[in-house]
Amino acid sequence: MQMLRTIALEIAGLFVEDRWFALATALVLGAFALAATTHAIDPRIGGYALFAWLAAVLVGGVLYAARSNGG
Amino acid sequence: MLAAALPAFLASLVEFVEALTIVLAVGTTRGWRSAATGTVAGAAFLAILVLAFGPALGRVPLGILQAVVGAMLVFFGLRWLRKAMLRYAGIVALHDEGKIYERRVGSLRAGAEGPGFDWIGTGTAFNAVVLEGLEVIFIVIAVGATAGQLIPASLGAVAAGVVVVVAGFALRAPLARVPENSLKAIVGVMLSAFGTFWFGEGLGFAWWRDDVSLLVLVAGYVLAAMIGVVFARRAHATRRVAA
Repeated sequence: MQMLRTIALEIAGLFVEDRWFALATALVLGAFALAATTHAIDPRIGGYALFAWLAAVLVGGVLYAARSNGG
Repeated sequence: MLAAALPAFLASLVEFVEALTIVLAVGTTRGWRSAATGTVAGAAFLAILVLAFGPALGRVPLGILQAVVGAMLVFFGLRWLRKAMLRYAGIVALHDEGKIYERRVGSLRAGAEGPGFDWIGTGTAFNAVVLEGLEVIFIVIAVGATAGQLIPASLGAVAAGVVVVVAGFALRAPLARVPENSLKAIVGVMLSAFGTFWFGEGLGFAWWRDDVSLLVLVAGYVLAAMIGVVFARRAHATRRVAA
């Protein structure tokens, strides 16, 4: 049981390290998935808009950690 | 083919280095028999998992597979890239495989050695191989499944394993010489770019000249990372002066 728990935590840890950073990433992905399914975004620019938001989350997440002195 | 094999090779390299560090620590302190037994048992367990669940991937619709795996890669890649950026900016200490090795050797030596089968040594090696191996399987699936490139991605991961094992036994020491942060930054950029590309494809977004957009995404993430590191260094320095 302990090993299953360790494995589950290890797999979750592959994707999530900082909760807020993971939440922001999930929000961006979720918003784009919703926009794509409701045709609220032009498919020709959708991919680049997705990249711009993810890059903003990345830089914002690093700056937040720098200001709060945490990894 | 190289588009799947190379990211799988680089990402798996990092995981194999971590597993080998622990297996070497077990071998040095508890004996090579328990290290080898744990390693072989772990590898066999992983092989059974792959054989049992691997074929099911072919039955999932491509769009859904691309979106799910793309999202997985984005989480995985951005997490690594963020960590590498924090290390470059001096906010988080650089990863030191040497220190991990020493710590692991110390804790294993501290454990009492019982008679008969060495459960501690074998179990430690088994855990390390299974946990890091699961990460390699996720990487191979994430990199290879969407583009029908599971075999090149698997070959990339196997090549990484062979390189690390040969290098590890040749050096007979933890692989602190591998510049892990640089490797993590490169892999983070590649996985983030692939993840963004596939997630977009899964949602039906049209990429300019298809795969050529991957290069644009790689360049974009490199640029974002460089900008982030510069600003993070400044923010960190300002905070330290103010403190």
